[in-house]
Amino acid sequence: MTLLKEYILPRLLQWVLVIFIGVTITFLIPRLSPVNPVDQALGRLTAFQSLSPEATLALRESLLDLYGLEGSILDQYFNFWRRILQGDLGPSFTSFPMTVNAMIRNSIGWTIGLLGMSVIIAWLSGLILGSLAGYFSNRWWSRVLENSLITVYPIPYYILAFVLLMLLTYYFPIFPLVGGGQGTPGFTWSYISSVIRHSFLPALSIVIGATAFRFIMSKALTSSEKSSDYVQYAELAALPKRKILFSYLIRNTMLPQVTDLGLSLGAIFEGALITEVVFSYPGIGSTLYNAIISADYNMIMGVTLLSIVGIATASLIVDLTYPFFDPRVRYR
Amino acid sequence: MIVIRDLLRFSPSFRIGACILMGVLVLVVLSFFSPYAPDDRRAVPRNRPPSGEFILGTTSTGQDVFWMLTFAVRNTLIVAGIAVLIGRSIGVLLGMISGYVGGAFDRVTSSIVDSFIVIPRLPLVILIASILRGQLSLLGLAVMLGILDWAYPSKRYRAQILSLREREFTHTGIFAGMNTFKIVVQEHLPFLIPFLLADVVSGFLFAIGFEVTLAVLGLSDLDSQSIGTMIYWGNYYQALLTNRTWVLIAPIAASVVIVVGFYLVSISLSSYLDPRTRLARLQVGVK
Repeated sequence: MTLLKEYILPRLLQWVLVIFIGVTITFLIPRLSPVNPVDQALGRLTAFQSLSPEATLALRESLLDLYGLEGSILDQYFNFWRRILQGDLGPSFTSFPMTVNAMIRNSIGWTIGLLGMSVIIAWLSGLILGSLAGYFSNRWWSRVLENSLITVYPIPYYILAFVLLMLLTYYFPIFPLVGGGQGTPGFTWSYISSVIRHSFLPALSIVIGATAFRFIMSKALTSSEKSSDYVQYAELAALPKRKILFSYLIRNTMLPQVTDLGLSLGAIFEGALITEVVFSYPGIGSTLYNAIISADYNMIMGVTLLSIVGIATASLIVDLTYPFFDPRVRYR
Repeated sequence: MIVIRDLLRFSPSFRIGACILMGVLVLVVLSFFSPYAPDDRRAVPRNRPPSGEFILGTTSTGQDVFWMLTFAVRNTLIVAGIAVLIGRSIGVLLGMISGYVGGAFDRVTSSIVDSFIVIPRLPLVILIASILRGQLSLLGLAVMLGILDWAYPSKRYRAQILSLREREFTHTGIFAGMNTFKIVVQEHLPFLIPFLLADVVSGFLFAIGFEVTLAVLGLSDLDSQSIGTMIYWGNYYQALLTNRTWVLIAPIAASVVIVVGFYLVSISLSSYLDPRTRLARLQVGVK
């Protein structure tokens, strides 16, 4: 019971608080800005065609309604919450009859597939390589690995992706330039292999950067854990090094790593904006980018809300699984 | 000063990083001697590859890439500097106050800070920038980045203050009759300054990354020169497809160099801050 009261309840409260603050900020930003989104949208709509004053007024009314800008600011706030709790993010403004929900549903599968795979691959490879390099820090391969990954790590992601794209599709055309897959969707070999071929390069660009980060982190953790008494004792007892590393060392460095894995899986819902734009991959990031270009402000808000809820929920789940990973939390 | 001397002597990565940043600083200073105004179009022949006359070539709008780059680096660093200044001031103040006051105030602020750490910043920045489209000046961008980047530093300062408050010399100071303000300024601030330095560097990295990202998406002030807008206009005039890669390579190389320079300085600072490596260095010095 004390676990529930002292551990789980505060985490749940924190989750509610994160979502509350996030939604409130998302609500306030458009209203604090000096630009009125309705007038801006009107300006865009009437730029190419002249409307009669009555039509403009009617349009203005319906836009105000759509944006949820009617009534006092408190009324708007409660309406906003009611719509969110019903899971209704409103219509998209550029592809009008489509709702934001439907557009997100169309693209989220692509993003989850790409980012889920590459986050997990990068996490595993960075963790294993980093622990190996941290434990055997005097070997030549560990130095080579460390130096090369530390050079790669600070390169801005956009530039890394761009260079990969230029090299492997333009100068050496090994991979297709754009898109998520060819042919009709289905469980046929040709379709699945084309999906893999199309997503290989975006995945590679994410994996490189993320692996380098995970490598640096897990190497630091392992080398500080290496000087612990239990490791020295295990070495004196002549346990095989492989066993020391994989059964004792890595297990003890696991906690922050699992936290990070959970958080980066939660960040998937944000979409990989730059990745998807650079590689024209049809996921959430591309949808967001198109929304940015066409000022589809409802869509941007939908993706923002989705990513806030995604990351808050991920961090809640991570917190709630701590007791399973770490007995110290369980028996506090 | 002693810190910098030590770092220069013992840390090769700090030496390289400092050299790179000095080079960047020279570029910034050069921007004041530019023969062209920053937005002076058609000042030179268009689309020339790098040559003796135009060191880094010229753009499709007839601007000299080298002089454009000096303005871009200056503006990007100014944006990052303002963002860092705002973000760190909020972070340091809030962290120190909640660390010293403690109690219920501390609990409330900590959970708010924790929420802000979790909330993703890129979508928020995009939302703000897309609503303010075209009206967001570089200064506005800097203020916005600063306002979004304070939560994590604030948490770190709070942790530092909490540990400093329990140290022996704090109690000695209190018993010796020093008032709180004096203890904070004379005894605790010197411990926080190295952390502040490391933090400022990571803040620079964050702000530069966001500036470039936003500009590449076409969401920042596209009329002024910055590293991001140079890449944006390079893409806009199809520099890649028409094989005028020098227009893109210059800003990309500049941003990589700046980021690597800051990064080297930051890893040498953080290894300097780590007491274990400092001990190792002291032993080297004794020998």
